[in-house]
Amino acid sequence: MVSTSTELIIHLMNRAGFGITPDELDACSLMTYEDLVENLLNPSESAHISDDILFRDHVDLHASRSGVPAYWAYRMISTQSPLEEKMSLFWHGIFATGNSKLNNLRTLLNQIEMFRRSGTGKFDDLLIKLSQDPAMLIWLDNQDNLNESINENYGREILELFSMGVGNYTEDDIKECARAFTGWSVANSEYMSLMAQKDSIWPYGRIVWHYDFKPGIHDVDNKEFLGEAGPFNGDDVIRIICNQEATARFIARHMYNFFVADEVPVPQWKDTPPKDPAAIDTLVEAYFKYEHDIKSVLRVLLTSDFFKESRYQKIKSPVELVIGTLRLSGEYNDDSKVDSSIFGVIAESDYMGQALCNPPSVEGWHTGEEWISSGALVDRVNFASQHIGNPDNDGVKHILNRIHADLKNDTHTIGELIESCGNSVGITRISGDTADGVLDLFTQEEVQTNGQDTDIAIEDGTILRVLEFMVSSREYQLC
Amino acid sequence: MVAEVKPRSLVIVQLSGGNDALNTVIPYGDGLYYDWRKEVRIEQDRVLKINNHLGFNPALRSIKNLWDNEKVAVINGVGYPEPNRSHFRSIDIWNTGESVGIGESGWLGRALREIDPNGENPIAGVNFGKGLPRALSCKGVPVASVSDLENYGLFPDIQGERSRDLALSAFSQIYGSAMAHDNVAQFIGQTGIDALKGADILRTAPAQYSSAVEYANNPIAQSMKSIAQVLTADIGTRVFYTQHGSFDTHAAELDTHTKLWTETSDAIGDFMEDMKEHNLEDDVLVLVWSEFGRRIKDNSAGTDHGSGGTAFVIGGTVNGGLYGDYPSLKETDQLEGDLHFNNDFRSIYSTIAERWLGVDPSIVSNGYFEQHEFISPLAYN
Repeated sequence: MVSTSTELIIHLMNRAGFGITPDELDACSLMTYEDLVENLLNPSESAHISDDILFRDHVDLHASRSGVPAYWAYRMISTQSPLEEKMSLFWHGIFATGNSKLNNLRTLLNQIEMFRRSGTGKFDDLLIKLSQDPAMLIWLDNQDNLNESINENYGREILELFSMGVGNYTEDDIKECARAFTGWSVANSEYMSLMAQKDSIWPYGRIVWHYDFKPGIHDVDNKEFLGEAGPFNGDDVIRIICNQEATARFIARHMYNFFVADEVPVPQWKDTPPKDPAAIDTLVEAYFKYEHDIKSVLRVLLTSDFFKESRYQKIKSPVELVIGTLRLSGEYNDDSKVDSSIFGVIAESDYMGQALCNPPSVEGWHTGEEWISSGALVDRVNFASQHIGNPDNDGVKHILNRIHADLKNDTHTIGELIESCGNSVGITRISGDTADGVLDLFTQEEVQTNGQDTDIAIEDGTILRVLEFMVSSREYQLC
Repeated sequence: MVAEVKPRSLVIVQLSGGNDALNTVIPYGDGLYYDWRKEVRIEQDRVLKINNHLGFNPALRSIKNLWDNEKVAVINGVGYPEPNRSHFRSIDIWNTGESVGIGESGWLGRALREIDPNGENPIAGVNFGKGLPRALSCKGVPVASVSDLENYGLFPDIQGERSRDLALSAFSQIYGSAMAHDNVAQFIGQTGIDALKGADILRTAPAQYSSAVEYANNPIAQSMKSIAQVLTADIGTRVFYTQHGSFDTHAAELDTHTKLWTETSDAIGDFMEDMKEHNLEDDVLVLVWSEFGRRIKDNSAGTDHGSGGTAFVIGGTVNGGLYGDYPSLKETDQLEGDLHFNNDFRSIYSTIAERWLGVDPSIVSNGYFEQHEFISPLAYN
């Protein structure tokens, strides 16, 4: 049996990262849980080779060559600071900006970099950066939001989807909010939109957008917003928003849904109470106690009992499944292993329903059970079993060696083999059904009489088949 | 006695990348065409004439044959207000039927939900290719996505029939057991069993199929063959989806466009021949579309993204002919250098929904749109 502390480390790394390899587990086991959390929250300087050197060798990963999803995936696979990437993914799912409309991946890459830098700071600062982010401004048409004629799109979504949630403000608040954001625009917008129409600008890619405040189209008059009055600018509105309890509750519920357990889809939050109201209260309290500091709320979350007790209560998103599997298989985890095949591999996440940089709408992806459709499940099972079943992959080779070292005798029982293989891919609680299904693979006489106690020769082929089944199981769909 | 009504099937062929409409149905009778197109053009004597103004690109010979038999509706000037020239966005607009906001579900997904509201048929909609086009996505609608029909399903890499059977039986044991106290695990289990069932049914199709038609060895022809195999097996699939490309001909257009259209047109011609052989010609409708057309003026050897496209609807019961006016090439009539659309693509969806699939057109096409006469209204007896 796996010890409780080991199980907890695996759980932490599943949620705050993209799973854990057996070697990483060894290293983490030498630390206390609290120290592990601190390390995740305060990563040391990235050990990545710098981007300009990466792009010299792998020009296709550059934003000008549509390489952003693959580049981001490479960062997630190879990072030593997985929580940083996980938080970027978290915000990407909430402040969901899609290249489908933007058609400018460089600008979207800048937004993701912004999430990396500011994603665990004070929420007020993050919202200001978001409201000045050119990808977001274009995505929600704020360049068309003028004092003479309001475009409410951003004013509405910042309240409905990015901070407070429906039911906590009026239609008038939306209008006043939109007025405060008039003039928050992009530089050279006429020239840029002209360029966007001339879509044939290869080979150098599209020019990146920049934020520009245009006082001439900003509405300087008095506004009444959420019970306060004044000649508010966007900054004032954000300060007011961030002091609302509704905002704290909304962000807390998002964090709970992303890190702790699957909630119902966001549009139902207004009418459906949270799964664990006490947990949300704890996070809301932390939000105010630490003055809207996201990192502090995360610390409270990751060290809470409700987090530690939430194992296997989430369905892995396609990105979590793909990145987690590739980290285990040891593919693309340093720049010498990157080649053009990474594009096809990352596209598998699209096929499963989550295209990085292209959420289906500003509402982001619907998570939890909605990740699982029959077509997507076929892709998930085939993807994981192909990558973990391939002994040419470094990570798989390594897992094989470790299992050989772990199971030293020539023969062990099938039960022991199943447990060892399950643990190697992060499954610590293998259900009886799954174990029986794997037993089914070995249909010799003895299996039928002795079940899991049957002795079996520990050979690479046998281990690989069991590994394939572990990553094809229902347990592997969860984390 | 009530005659048994055969279910009607819909086949979507997406020309991805933006097909050059101007060089597909060519206004060879308009001198302006040759003025704008100095290089990327088809000379008059090579055009397959429709009338004294329009004609097909010679690569569309097979479609021209179907046209001569009055089985092709050509819809000119297809588009939507405020055309978007980004591939992704425009494909999304076509897929969801939503051109202003961001659509939640696909038009074919909505049609399938109307046809099979409880999602009982795991293969009512099948995509041939990778992933799931958004057109087919809709909550609660199971859809299969097949890249290789003969090897479709779980564990395609496991070699040997016996090994694969063992693996599938183990999978069904793992996913089939109740795990009674856990709803999520049960849901995943049910989905796994659906996937397995769908794959089992689909995989039987090729063995039942025989045909005198020989499809070419290129992706679109092979996809159309797979569609024919599933369709003739009569296993309950109503909507088929596939795509071919890339029609994104910024450069060297004449060669690429000819190759892609020869492949597509021949594949459709062979498919219709196959349907005829199986007496299904009147039960199948093929819609061919592309996310946008291309610029009127060429950029030397290629063309850039434009608007205003051409769509084809092909089938045994189609009222063949030209639908919609061909957009004018006069500079004053152009839309920022593009053909001006005069037919909303959702009119096509609306027509197909009501007159072919027999479902509520406003749900499928996302609103009310004037219908075309390329299919006669369904007769309700």
